[in-house]
Amino acid sequence: MSWNYLAELEAESVYVLREAFAKLDRLAVLWSLGKDSNVVLWLCRKAFFGHVPFPVIHIDTGKKFPEMYAFREHYARAWGLELIVEMAPPEEEVDPTLPPAARSAARKTLGLQRALEKHGFEGLILGIRRDEQALRAKERYFSPRTADNRWNMKDQPPEFWNQYMTDFPPGTHVRVHPLLHWTEVDIWRYTKRENIPVIDLYFARDGKRYRSLGDRDITFPVESNARTIDEIIAELETTHIPERAGRAMDHESEDAFERLRATGYM
Amino acid sequence: MSDGAIRPLPIVVVGHVDHGKSTLVGRLLHETGSLPEGQVEAVRESSRRRGMPFEWAFVLDALQAERDQGITIDTTQIRFRTARRPYVIIDAPGHKEFLKNMVTGAARAEAALLVIDAAEGVQEQSRRHGYLLRLLGIPQIAVVVNKMDLVDWSAGRFGQVAEGFRAYLAELGLTPLAFVPVSAREGDNLAAHSPRMPWYQGPTVVQVLDSFEAAPRPVDRPLRMVVQDVYKFDQRRIVAGRIESGRLRVGDEIIFSPSNKVVRVRSIEAWNVPEPPEEAVAGESIGITLSEPIFVERGEIVSHLERAPMETTVFRGRIFWLGERPLEVGNTYTLKLGTSEARVRVEAIERVIDTDDLSGRPADHIARHGAGEVILRADRLLALDPFDANPATGRFVLIEDYLPVGGGIVSMEGYPDQRQLVTRRATNIHAVGHAVTREARIARNGHRGGVLWFTGLSGAGKSTLALALERELFRKGYQVYVLDGDNIRSGLNADLGFSPEDRAENIRRVGEVAALFADAGMIAISAFISPYRADRERARRAAGDGFHEIYIHAPLEVCEQRDPKGLYKKARAGEIPDFTGISSPYEPPENPELVVPTHELSFEESLALLVDYVERHFRA
Ligand SMILES: Nc1nc2c(ncn2[C@@H]2O[C@H](COP(=O)(O)OP(=O)(O)OP(=O)(O)O)[C@@H](O)[C@H]2O)c(=O)[nH]1
Ligand SMILES: [Mg+2]
Repeated sequence: MSWNYLAELEAESVYVLREAFAKLDRLAVLWSLGKDSNVVLWLCRKAFFGHVPFPVIHIDTGKKFPEMYAFREHYARAWGLELIVEMAPPEEEVDPTLPPAARSAARKTLGLQRALEKHGFEGLILGIRRDEQALRAKERYFSPRTADNRWNMKDQPPEFWNQYMTDFPPGTHVRVHPLLHWTEVDIWRYTKRENIPVIDLYFARDGKRYRSLGDRDITFPVESNARTIDEIIAELETTHIPERAGRAMDHESEDAFERLRATGYM
Repeated sequence: MSDGAIRPLPIVVVGHVDHGKSTLVGRLLHETGSLPEGQVEAVRESSRRRGMPFEWAFVLDALQAERDQGITIDTTQIRFRTARRPYVIIDAPGHKEFLKNMVTGAARAEAALLVIDAAEGVQEQSRRHGYLLRLLGIPQIAVVVNKMDLVDWSAGRFGQVAEGFRAYLAELGLTPLAFVPVSAREGDNLAAHSPRMPWYQGPTVVQVLDSFEAAPRPVDRPLRMVVQDVYKFDQRRIVAGRIESGRLRVGDEIIFSPSNKVVRVRSIEAWNVPEPPEEAVAGESIGITLSEPIFVERGEIVSHLERAPMETTVFRGRIFWLGERPLEVGNTYTLKLGTSEARVRVEAIERVIDTDDLSGRPADHIARHGAGEVILRADRLLALDPFDANPATGRFVLIEDYLPVGGGIVSMEGYPDQRQLVTRRATNIHAVGHAVTREARIARNGHRGGVLWFTGLSGAGKSTLALALERELFRKGYQVYVLDGDNIRSGLNADLGFSPEDRAENIRRVGEVAALFADAGMIAISAFISPYRADRERARRAAGDGFHEIYIHAPLEVCEQRDPKGLYKKARAGEIPDFTGISSPYEPPENPELVVPTHELSFEESLALLVDYVERHFRA
């Protein structure tokens, strides 16, 4: 195998996934249907020789793009996934003091929390990256969550030398982040190298494309003419517009994202 | 195949609290045009809302608590690129309270910038961070002397700060690539030379970064693959793991340690690759199938037969301690090394290190944020490497109550490889059934056979007591014989020297010979220092239930004072390397059958104690 930086990223993520699978009893992977979680599933198949040996959870807000539902049904079957779909609760059940878009996003957190309780998962694999957002840049590969799903970001355990926190008190769970070190352009380069399918919404139509896919009402396309992966890569090489510019909840107030993440947002 | 992705060099920024690390990174990104659109405005707004002047640190310090208090709590990572290459900059917190987060960040770096406030000068964490960089094995560093605006851009002050710190780092064995005077907040000497410090002609911060080199992949070190798991998803049984160093080819003969199983690599498995790999090298996460269906487990290390890792139950760790509760002698922790886990007990703290002046002293505990050298004993055999030989399999983490509380690197100085303890070289030997029974021998001799295994420091009285006991027992009608250095070293073990391995082999042979004497119905008295517990345990296994470990005990000071052969004096003078008690460890027995405290008893009393013991345990 030719060794280069993408190979190194892949090897590191595979190592993380195998650690999670070896050490955590009830493990699941979150699938948002976006480019990052598709890469996570692909890396699982790399790590486990074609298999995804644990359930794949989709938290459905009911507000995804129609293309996303078609994609989910098709690849769940094609990749032999053990798919669990959980509906997010209605917005009325969410913390009313959050700003509007954050409130909408928080439905996903609540849905996730309920799914965790229902199935008793103690490990959850998520495709977040450090370069997406300044708080995610402080994450650990293995990030413990309290019994009530909280992230204690002011007192995280140390993590060094590929030794991850893989044991923790009963009732708590751990988030596993195999893509932490990847960047947006790494994701696209790998998607290209491996020929991983993605939803068409990422490619430009009428001068606009989605860089990041969330709920329909709080995610907006950015100006772009990139119609192929190569063009997306070229665009990302030069752009100074942050990836989550089209995510409304990030920009409502300085602390909105921190409040979301503290209570379990991904 | 080139896919355009270039590996970013990971650089950590460390130093004392408030010396301007985050400001340096934030401003550096700005100076090199690396900040995303809208970021400067967002920082201005955040600063304004808090009634602060513009804080570049907010680019990194994203937590509300960090911004409110103007301090970095947790480490963060951010990307930027120069004309030469991309970087990932790891910003570490400087406050002592968050040392665990500093370690988290620094452990991933291949080079470091150590930031020092020109006005405040070198402080406690400047030194501690320097020490930790050394321990973490980060060899490339540069020192950034910041806030030059506060000292009137003074060349004199810069020289003063730089020289003091250069001396400290030199004592650690670290030579900085450069000392750069900057003002992080004002942007001086970051990306371009500052007109306010014309006296400085050295490199800018960007030039320093560009002069660092990426750590080479350890492909030429011995093969080490840590086993993560064994999968059976389909008809293949795949051993999965990562190659930490070296290379592995299909057909290679490999050994799993510490189980010591030898087998061949049948195939290297991979999913969605153009063709099945024939070879895998350092850094790759792979799966292999084996030529035979042997049982192996997570935690083992795969290597080639030659240049295999060491096996041991005891080692020295150079550690840093992050736990709220101090590390204490006698405490047990979970050790994680590679993918293996074991319970370890702190057997001794050889020294704690004061990172302010690098002095060391013995102690019974290491406090939070301290560093030191400890002896750790595991509840089972471990496979590992000295850190200097192979970092990835020579470093470890200690866990207490689920949390990582410390980390360290392995030193095996003075400890032998215990691999031969478990390796049976010849397998085609069958025990011979003797025509004379054990009972018949006991009936003829009037006593049982067995081994009196004396252990203790040089000068404790082993040989003198062994010879006196032999005479006394012989007089009483016992079949008895002393094995000691003189009759063993001159013949049976004439081929052995005094390295830790040879000493272990010396003791192994003595143990086997003593066991034969015992089997022949005699009492064998062995009088060797036999400093390692593992060696004595092996001698016990060889002799079975006739083995009696007898601790001939006198404290080191007493033995050194007696010094009957003048050996301690020579050892202290450095003329004898690996001298037990001085430059090589002595591991006292944990549960000896008998202790003879020769510093408290007269010679006659000691002898009487021994004779009485034999009379009670060996008479038929
Ligand atoms: N005058 C002056 N002040 C500076 C300079 N660089 C940083 N500061 C100020 O020093 C203070 C601390 O800066 P930070 O960047 O937060 O320091 P730090 O080293 O990251 O601190 P911790 O991460 O908490 O250890 C801030 O108020 C900065 O504005 C400089 O070059 N000159
Ligand atoms: Mg800081």
